[in-house]
Amino acid sequence: MKPTVDQVWDWLDQVPDPEIPVISVVDLGIVRAVAWDDDTLEVAVTPTYSGCPATRVISMDIETALRDHGVKDIRIRTQIAPPWTTDWLSDKGRDKLEAYGIAPPQKAGGPEKCPRCASKNVSRVSQFGSTPCKAHWRCNDCLEPFDYFKCL
Amino acid sequence: MDRDAAFFEFVCRMGDNTLVLGHRVSEWCGHAPVLEEDIALANTALDLIGQTQMWLDLAGEIEGKGRSADDLAMLRDAWDFRNVLLAEQPNGDFGQTMMRQFLFDSFHLLMLEALEGSTDERVAGIAAKSVKEVRYHVERSGDTVIGLGDGTSESHTRMQAALDLLWPYVGEMFQSDEVDAAMVEAGIAPDPASLRPAYDTAVRGALADATLTVPESDFAHSGGKTGYRHSEHLGHILTQMQWLQRAYPGATW
Repeated sequence: MKPTVDQVWDWLDQVPDPEIPVISVVDLGIVRAVAWDDDTLEVAVTPTYSGCPATRVISMDIETALRDHGVKDIRIRTQIAPPWTTDWLSDKGRDKLEAYGIAPPQKAGGPEKCPRCASKNVSRVSQFGSTPCKAHWRCNDCLEPFDYFKCL
Repeated sequence: MDRDAAFFEFVCRMGDNTLVLGHRVSEWCGHAPVLEEDIALANTALDLIGQTQMWLDLAGEIEGKGRSADDLAMLRDAWDFRNVLLAEQPNGDFGQTMMRQFLFDSFHLLMLEALEGSTDERVAGIAAKSVKEVRYHVERSGDTVIGLGDGTSESHTRMQAALDLLWPYVGEMFQSDEVDAAMVEAGIAPDPASLRPAYDTAVRGALADATLTVPESDFAHSGGKTGYRHSEHLGHILTQMQWLQRAYPGATW
């Protein structure tokens, strides 16, 4: 029996992002659509940054997870338009990022507060960080460096 | 030149610019003056290579001969590349690399913003994806050019030398030819010459903030985007970039 689309979304919500494993690929907002085309399950995935090396790993992880749940015919479709935006991060994902020590994206273009001590006295070290989606910041009170998930 | 032939040429120009500049910038990996800059350069290169994948995939699709983005990137020789000469110029010192980046990013941003309104939805989609990354690139390269130009006497001297060296490569980005005319007619892309006034406003403003003097001569080297005559640097890039596929044809991982 074919699993329902809702069931598939639940399964995908268990697939961790390979570089930030505390959030799922659904939290990240990169799974754009799930649909059955006859007996083939089609999953549309959008890349975060166009050169993000995690994109291929994510597609492979999604396929592996669905196979483990018994889905045989799977088609992963890459969809670039409309382009991914950090507005698609789920609220649950934003909370998990912060608890993990990564400040979630803000429209203002910088972190709201230090994810460690909650001080608002923070400064930018570099516009880029350990992955394409992050910038490098520092807390001026607790002096700890931290990652900020860039607003895109 | 028919529409599809011109379309293929145009998309190769976009993809070869990002491929060649992306490769150049990646040469800094492990060599930048400080760790943060090393990471920033590597991330910029990664964005550019990612954009290359989208453009050259589309070029292969338009051409319709079954060539993939990898085939186009790794199996064409220098005379088939369509990048502007600016993109293939050597890195020089860090200041020269950032000046090259700023001069290109400023053009790239205007071109992508115009392409978001392309009548071809594939082009518009790639542009909409890329423009977000390129806005970030130009913010950084512009700030760095201003910081170094208006910095110490040593950094100022180096940035002025970089501008004097690279300014003659700016004009080529805005030269129009029959490929551009066909793209304008089809509503696919803007006439690059039409982007020049906005470029001058943005770039000359930043260079003034950087206390740098723009050379008076508007002489422009050309021959990259048409493929008529690349500089000697492109061949050297390709020997390194394409070595694996040339030595071990069809190798995959």
